[in-house]
Amino acid sequence: MTQTLKMSVAAFALMASGAWAAQDSIIIGMQLEPPNLDPTGGAAAAIDEVTYANLFEGLTRFASDGAVVPGLAQSWSVSEDGLTWTFDLRPGVIFHDGTAMDSADVVFSLNRARAEDSTNAQKALFAGIADVSAPDASTVVITLDAPNGNFAFNMAWGDAVIVAPESVATNATQPVGTGPFRFVEWAKGDSVTLERFDAYWGAAPALTRATFKFISDPNAAFAAMMAGDVNAFPVFPAPETLANFDADPRFSVIVGSTEGETILAMNNANLTDVRVRKAISHAIDRQAIIDGAMFGYGTPIGTHFAPHNPDYVDLTGGSAHDPDMARALLAEAGATDLRLSMALPPPSYARRGGEIIASQLRAVGIATDITNMEWAQWLEQVFRGKDFDLTIVSHTEPADINIYARPDYYFQYDNAGFQALIETLGITADPDTRTTLLQDAQKMIAADYVNGYLFQLAKTGVADSRIEGLWQNAPTQANDLTGVSWRAGP
Amino acid sequence: MRVSLVIGAMLSAVFVSLAAVSLLWLPYDITVLDIAGRLHPPSASHWLGTDHFGRDMVAMLMAGARTSIAVALVAVGIGIVFGVPLGLVAAAYRGTWLDEAIMRGNDLVFAFPSLVIAILITAVFGASAVNAILAIGIFNIPVFARVARGGALPLWTLDYILAARVAGKGRARISAEHILPNIANLLIVQGTIQFSLGILAEAALSYVGLGAQPPMASWGRMLADAQTMIYTEPQLAILPGMAIVLMVLGLNLMGDGLRDALDPRLRKAGM
Amino acid sequence: MIRALGRRALSLLLALIAASVVIFVMLQAVPGDPAAFMLGMNASEDAVAALRAELGLEGPLVVRYLAWISGMLGGDFGTSYTYRVPVAELVSERIVVSAPLAVMALVLSTVIAIPVGLIAAARRGGVADWGIMGGTQLGIAVPNFWFAMILVLVFAVKLRWVSAGGFPGWDAGLWPGVRALLLPAIALALPQASILARVLRSALLDTLDQDYIRTARAKGLSRRATVVRHALRNAMIPVLTILGLQFSFLLAGAIIIENVFFLPGLGRLIFQGITQRDLIVVQSVTMLLVFAVILVTFLVDLAYTFADPRLRRR
Repeated sequence: MTQTLKMSVAAFALMASGAWAAQDSIIIGMQLEPPNLDPTGGAAAAIDEVTYANLFEGLTRFASDGAVVPGLAQSWSVSEDGLTWTFDLRPGVIFHDGTAMDSADVVFSLNRARAEDSTNAQKALFAGIADVSAPDASTVVITLDAPNGNFAFNMAWGDAVIVAPESVATNATQPVGTGPFRFVEWAKGDSVTLERFDAYWGAAPALTRATFKFISDPNAAFAAMMAGDVNAFPVFPAPETLANFDADPRFSVIVGSTEGETILAMNNANLTDVRVRKAISHAIDRQAIIDGAMFGYGTPIGTHFAPHNPDYVDLTGGSAHDPDMARALLAEAGATDLRLSMALPPPSYARRGGEIIASQLRAVGIATDITNMEWAQWLEQVFRGKDFDLTIVSHTEPADINIYARPDYYFQYDNAGFQALIETLGITADPDTRTTLLQDAQKMIAADYVNGYLFQLAKTGVADSRIEGLWQNAPTQANDLTGVSWRAGP
Repeated sequence: MRVSLVIGAMLSAVFVSLAAVSLLWLPYDITVLDIAGRLHPPSASHWLGTDHFGRDMVAMLMAGARTSIAVALVAVGIGIVFGVPLGLVAAAYRGTWLDEAIMRGNDLVFAFPSLVIAILITAVFGASAVNAILAIGIFNIPVFARVARGGALPLWTLDYILAARVAGKGRARISAEHILPNIANLLIVQGTIQFSLGILAEAALSYVGLGAQPPMASWGRMLADAQTMIYTEPQLAILPGMAIVLMVLGLNLMGDGLRDALDPRLRKAGM
Repeated sequence: MIRALGRRALSLLLALIAASVVIFVMLQAVPGDPAAFMLGMNASEDAVAALRAELGLEGPLVVRYLAWISGMLGGDFGTSYTYRVPVAELVSERIVVSAPLAVMALVLSTVIAIPVGLIAAARRGGVADWGIMGGTQLGIAVPNFWFAMILVLVFAVKLRWVSAGGFPGWDAGLWPGVRALLLPAIALALPQASILARVLRSALLDTLDQDYIRTARAKGLSRRATVVRHALRNAMIPVLTILGLQFSFLLAGAIIIENVFFLPGLGRLIFQGITQRDLIVVQSVTMLLVFAVILVTFLVDLAYTFADPRLRRR
């Protein structure tokens, strides 16, 4: 408590003095507060946004461009048959509590994540692991059930970070990792503070202190940014204000891409007729949604795939805005007087987008009942209970087209052909064949009009214009502070 | 001398008639969004401009008045329908366990932090205009019960009531025939006050997203939607705020004026 | 007297029990599984089940209710589902924001209301009275969150005199803490001051009509001196009652203002608890607030009894 208070004092003094002095600390604004700080025990994006690459590290990690690069493993090799992965650990890595990180910690972390009673939210990442062993202190050998071209990618996720058996029990509130920053204090409901970990194995970050401040209200976020209470807000919740920041020399607006395919998800078990789903897709005017809900930030998509991915196919033409066609399709399907429920989670893309979509659907004769929900209720009723017709959500996990191969997934798309395709993809290593398969997958779900594909969520951030090194894009949900620094003042 | 009554009644009448007109006619359809025509400044075709979805602000304010008034009015209705009989019963059976139970029940409801409970109710049962009405209405019940009891108690000591008792009239009949008409003034004054509090409560609930849901318009939500645009489009946040202030001000002035006009005992305290 | 006191205390106890049942039952109906929320979108069913068991969400209602109540009596308000720390710890972190905010708002509203009410009463029917009564009507009509928004816009964003929100903590010193609470306190105080000024004015006018005041005036005491020396003291009883009610209102009613200024207070704790389905937090904090309201009402009643000799005899 005292620590945070002192910290806040420092922040406050800084703010009061106009904040023009050279700085080595930063206050990052975030909309959601993490429920805990253990990325291996919760899936809330906010956990990774605080801890990823700052507090915790995995064997591999994502670079700012999304590439998978070495993390705690300095190199790795794969056997001929693709079943055995050998990771060569970096020497001299120590946890924040002073204990050394060695192969035993890796074996412990991976076995814990894939255990029967594991509460890891992404257990699927570890599902293919048959055995983890440590021939010596700096080598880990992982045996898989089947070849998996994606394994290094899987190990880069925040859910696959390496933890120590001694501190694992308290990671939720007192996280101990190997990253360049160590945990100082969590003032619940307000902020999390980190400070530079001097015994870090890699290059020391320029910042000595970092505070993540949680401001859920978009208006408060705007006011805090404007008043200089927060130095950077990497995912700024009020896109309508970005023009203000852009015009103000004190700030820079950082627009990048995310892995968030924003979709109008349709419950395929309720909307079984593909003509109705097609009609809904054609009733939607993507540009109006991007302009109206996101104030122009976002790239239209025609399938569940990120446009910046080299394997992306532009299929937006297949579901272009065409109200007449939508009406004709509805008539053909005999679906007159259609009344659909639409569940909207809190983000503005959903709330605002939902209002716009409801208006667009009304124009082709589909009535909607909007219910605004908090995330907890959305997860229970829509995601787990599958009690909905339409919902809007951004799928921010990278390369997640494989969710369409899960018939029990919330939108309940059950296509044996697609499931077979994803299965083939999973055991294919050849890059060209993978590209073909991925493109076929994109085309298949677009042709089936599984969901209404709206736009790729843009990462719209605001920062003090003297801050350098923040990630422009979001290959994973993270605020990697290792390369962040303040430019010397004028 | 009844300046406040006149001003208040006029202000209230303006909003009530706007709301009434909106039932039949609106200058523009607020369920049709026109993204290309959003954030237009005031012009001949849109007197107060358009909002972030291209909806006409005049139409939005009119429809918002409708929502506010409907929610607050029904909430007052709930308070009167449930609260007044309770208060009358408590007064009729003054000093008995029934009186005690009703008044303790009242105290209990009063003890709940009303806004927190209203937020809780709407969060539990889902955000909607109906749940907002219920959440506000529940807290009106003890208010009317207390006012009705307070107004009725002195009446029970009056000679003609005692005479009616002696003549064999039941307490319920006396309450309905003699007491109720005599406390009507008090109820009207309290009703006006609760009406204005209801408007404020509805605005607060909608402001946090727990009131009327889109496409229904509501002043509180218009305010919340426009908040972050206050720098560039200040009228979007200022107009619904002004609407709330004027409507509540009108009702309060009218309530004060009515109290002075209807209750001579209180006249000296008013303006 | 003692018996009356005992009866009040008994009804206080009954009210608390009833309130706890109402709160508990209502929260059982909240849709949304906190475990599912904590684990997020791609969580597997067994991971959620494992967490539910870990959080103690299973078991019969009555057992959970009794466990909650007996815990509360022993000062154990349970453990937050989401933060995994004792609720008592969260409350003690938050109350140092909410309580001073309520006190500041109360002080501000009193400081504004007393002179304003006095002037209005002294200049009854005059221009000042008219202006003040009109102004207080406006003060009551302004939604405090809208007023707060405008305060932020003017003083934090445009003029940059104060911070737009947040709280530096009391370790930062008294002034930075007070400064952070200034705008929220003003936003909260305005409507309260308006109500208080009106109540004070009516109470003063009532006492000014009393015989002894007339006597004082007749003895040659000036109008102003009469108001301040005699009337004010007698008008304090209704004012104190309103203040008592306002304090509990301010403690609980700051929920929206705390959101506007992102102050880590009790109101925001409840709001966050609702959105994150952290039911134990919502349950315990709401119960605490209800307890505070009931207690303050009880104390005001007591003060009333002691202050007014006519009531004491009964």
